[in-house]
Amino acid sequence: MKISEAELEDYREQLHCGFKDLDEVFGDCMEEADVRLTSAGIKDYLEGASLVCKIGRGFEPVLVYLEEMPQVASQLGESVLSLVSDTVWKISRSPNGKSIPPFLQSISEVARRLGSEVQLRHYIDLMLDMMERTTGSIHGFHTTIPSPGLPCLLNQMPYLLSRISLEGLKNWIDYGIRNYSTHPDRQIDYFSLQTADSRAILQRERHGTLFMENERKLDLYMKALWQSKPCLVPYSDAFDELRKPVPYYDHVGIRVPDVYDVRAGIAGINRYRALLAHIAAHQRWTTAIIADNYSPFQRIAIEAFEDSRVEYLAMQEYPGLRKLFLALHPVPAEDDCKPMEESCIRHRLAMLSYAMLNPEHTYRNPDILESVGEFHAAMRAGNATTADVARLAVSFIARTRRQADQLPNVYFKDTVVDYRDDNRHMWKFIEEGDEEEAFEDERKVQPEEKEFDGLPPRHYREWDYTTSTYRPDWVSLYESLHPGGNAANIDALLARHEALAKRLKQVLDMLKPQQFVRIRYQEEGSELDLDVAIRSLIDFKSGTTPDPRINMSHRHDGRDIAVLLLLDLSASLAGTPDGSEQTLLQLSREAVALLAWAIEHLGDAFAIAGFSSNTRHEVRYQHIKGFAESWNDDVKARLAAIEAGYSTRMGAALRHAAHYLGARRADKKLLLVLTDGEPSDIDAADDRQLIEDAHKAVQELDREGIYTYCINLDPNADDYVKDIFGKQYLVIDRVERLPEKLPRLFMALTK
Amino acid sequence: MSDIDIDQYTINTEPFYEEQGNEVTLYTAAYASRLPVMIKGPTGCGKSRFIEYMAWKLKKPLITVACNEDMTASDLVGRYLLDADGTRWLDGPLTVAARIGAICYLDEIVEARQDTTVVIHPLTDHRRNLPLDKKGELLEAHVDFQLVISYNPGYQSLMKDLKQSTKQRFTGMDFDYPSAQLEAGIVAKEAAIDIETATKLVKLGETARNLKGHGLDEGISTRLMVYAASLINQGITPTDACRMAMARPITDDADIRSTLDHAIDAVFA
Repeated sequence: MKISEAELEDYREQLHCGFKDLDEVFGDCMEEADVRLTSAGIKDYLEGASLVCKIGRGFEPVLVYLEEMPQVASQLGESVLSLVSDTVWKISRSPNGKSIPPFLQSISEVARRLGSEVQLRHYIDLMLDMMERTTGSIHGFHTTIPSPGLPCLLNQMPYLLSRISLEGLKNWIDYGIRNYSTHPDRQIDYFSLQTADSRAILQRERHGTLFMENERKLDLYMKALWQSKPCLVPYSDAFDELRKPVPYYDHVGIRVPDVYDVRAGIAGINRYRALLAHIAAHQRWTTAIIADNYSPFQRIAIEAFEDSRVEYLAMQEYPGLRKLFLALHPVPAEDDCKPMEESCIRHRLAMLSYAMLNPEHTYRNPDILESVGEFHAAMRAGNATTADVARLAVSFIARTRRQADQLPNVYFKDTVVDYRDDNRHMWKFIEEGDEEEAFEDERKVQPEEKEFDGLPPRHYREWDYTTSTYRPDWVSLYESLHPGGNAANIDALLARHEALAKRLKQVLDMLKPQQFVRIRYQEEGSELDLDVAIRSLIDFKSGTTPDPRINMSHRHDGRDIAVLLLLDLSASLAGTPDGSEQTLLQLSREAVALLAWAIEHLGDAFAIAGFSSNTRHEVRYQHIKGFAESWNDDVKARLAAIEAGYSTRMGAALRHAAHYLGARRADKKLLLVLTDGEPSDIDAADDRQLIEDAHKAVQELDREGIYTYCINLDPNADDYVKDIFGKQYLVIDRVERLPEKLPRLFMALTK
Repeated sequence: MSDIDIDQYTINTEPFYEEQGNEVTLYTAAYASRLPVMIKGPTGCGKSRFIEYMAWKLKKPLITVACNEDMTASDLVGRYLLDADGTRWLDGPLTVAARIGAICYLDEIVEARQDTTVVIHPLTDHRRNLPLDKKGELLEAHVDFQLVISYNPGYQSLMKDLKQSTKQRFTGMDFDYPSAQLEAGIVAKEAAIDIETATKLVKLGETARNLKGHGLDEGISTRLMVYAASLINQGITPTDACRMAMARPITDDADIRSTLDHAIDAVFA
């Protein structure tokens, strides 16, 4: 329908906008608006456009508004016209003018994803809120700084909404603002999905059936129905835009997507099962054949035939699979592909594959019908092999070949069977490929990064108490062997405390484990206690009441304790407490030496480690004594060399220590933390943050059956130590007595 | 002891038993020389049915005792009871069997405490007698008497095992679930169901047996398959019947249940 010149003139007058370029496109835009909108709608539309024109950001926003809005309004109702133009107006009143074009450009895609006006309103509130919270101002300068993250966020929006719900989006944005509001560059990275934690949070907020939560179910499925125990390796298809990864398997394991949404009424878990059934069928029935003899078209046809063959066999075994496969297999419409203009090879094969799967298909193409007939005849005859169906596939390709198959314009719609793998396992290549004839430049060798000597970092999460969520992989922890010093120093220390050691030794001997302990005077027990029995008999004979408790039993009394002592080696340890001549570090060293000596004497499994931190990117965990090492000169040398430096990020160190303790086989696991102050780090602005995280870590350890006990040398520790360790702590006021207190405390704890 | 009613212990109709291998021959030979027999096998694989069948085939009475942890030696041998005239001796099942020449079948013997099971020792070697020390009688076993014990080596704890001295008084036979084809035949005949459904039930049972040791202590037994088949005969749909008879009873583990439910859907399309 064409609108008349007069009408167009009328509309143009309603639009208060003087850009020259406007006149060129106005006619086309109005034609679309005329079709999609009511007359009241057109009025709003033009008013909205006038408003967008007035913001003074040039012609581009007006053009985008005019182009995008008719469609959006026809989808979500015409009230969104003014909603969007008002929003643009609001953004333009802030320093975020740059965000207007991406906002308008993404609006139609966003509207399509959200699907209702209410949702769109929520979305716009969310955007405005985000804008407000990230737009900065600097005191003293009468200026404000635009939100660094907003344009990136808007550019990512269609993608984000395809992955997560509005609720999830809100959480994802909140996290970004919370952690990066003061750091513009990081904020940009986060909102443009460049950082690892941004992706991790996105992954957490995703909808669908997550692989990680169902791994055991899938293992059981493979075990029960297919008698195989494969290694399942998840991959994420969230971050490869150009080429979506496809499931496959090789000798290492089966690669499966990390998440499946419900599709075609099939729950995610059943989509996983369909995929695994297909792959298990390949593993059972496919024999690899030589690829070099076939052309590329022949190969994809053979793959389609082979997929159908193994599924046929799988359905013989488990008829219920047919329902799953049928629901998930695409159904290409027979006449959709135009064989003269585009390459229909995929379309043909998808139709063929569907026809082989579903006996009630409606295809009429004689070539397809013939091949399906041949296929079923071969399958019914039994023992058709991969090579047999390869012959059928080759003849199908020969019969149906068209000139247009070679065209680069390939028909893709409804041809991807997403529960099938990429069939890389069914080909054997005699020649490596054409690479040896290629004489391109050698690949540039990347300058190698300097090798970090020591173990690769381990990443630990950290608890964020403001939102009650974990920050995934937040802290990088580097573990290394503590450099050694002079072992003789420690021996000298011990010699100085000889008197104390002697007293300790008496207590230790009492504590030493005795494997069997007799419990006497039992009415019921495992053995007769002869002494008591005879006495009772005499009592009985002499007429008095005999003691019936004439049995005894035995009890095991072994000590099975694993202890890890975690030393805080932060800078504050270098200080000297009041009334002492030694630094805290020296006192700690003496105490630890005595404790190690005592525990060695008792024979309990014992390890020592020190920690300090320099921001979340570098928590140092230094190995001083391992469980397997004895109290030898190497260990003493390391202990002699301990030095104080940096900060105290306790949570990650606790978690790492738990990683070692958790692997011990012991009835009781004890983690002793020797520290002189509250957790802190230079990159943590909020004091509570690290305290709450350490508290959370203690709770986690508790769940793993590890008992955490803190020995605190800070006289003012009462303010916070309870918040971290509950009742499991001891504050040592007179620090100079630490060397004596520590071993005694250990014995009291483990008695 | 003429007041014992032997008829109540005899089996008059032939129990259905499908021979898996040569177990009937082996058992017959063992009985001919009155050797004690020990039968091991997972639950519901047909141990008790086999003994019943052999008792019928050999035309001997069968006395079955289900063992448990609280059972004492006097529960097997017999005890004095108080009555109006003073005390009266009552034979236990083992004593009765030895008197009348029955096959005495101690089911799940490891459930009984080890010191209890020692009372069977004199009956199981060359002596073939049973001292009733409280009564002051030495009972010579009837010539037809034979002792059979059964147990399931799978699920019992380490603590529950037979003493070597007990083990070494028996000849042993291993039972297992029959081959798929045979088992389908058994289910079909026992529950009067068509062979096709029975085959599917067996297929399902096999999927569960693959999970043994991965959260399941025992696979689905032939007995449960027969239960499922009976439910199907009552007009219940196969998927519901299998859920009720085969999946729900054996596990509380949600993951395994979900896997079994899926297997049921996969097998019964």
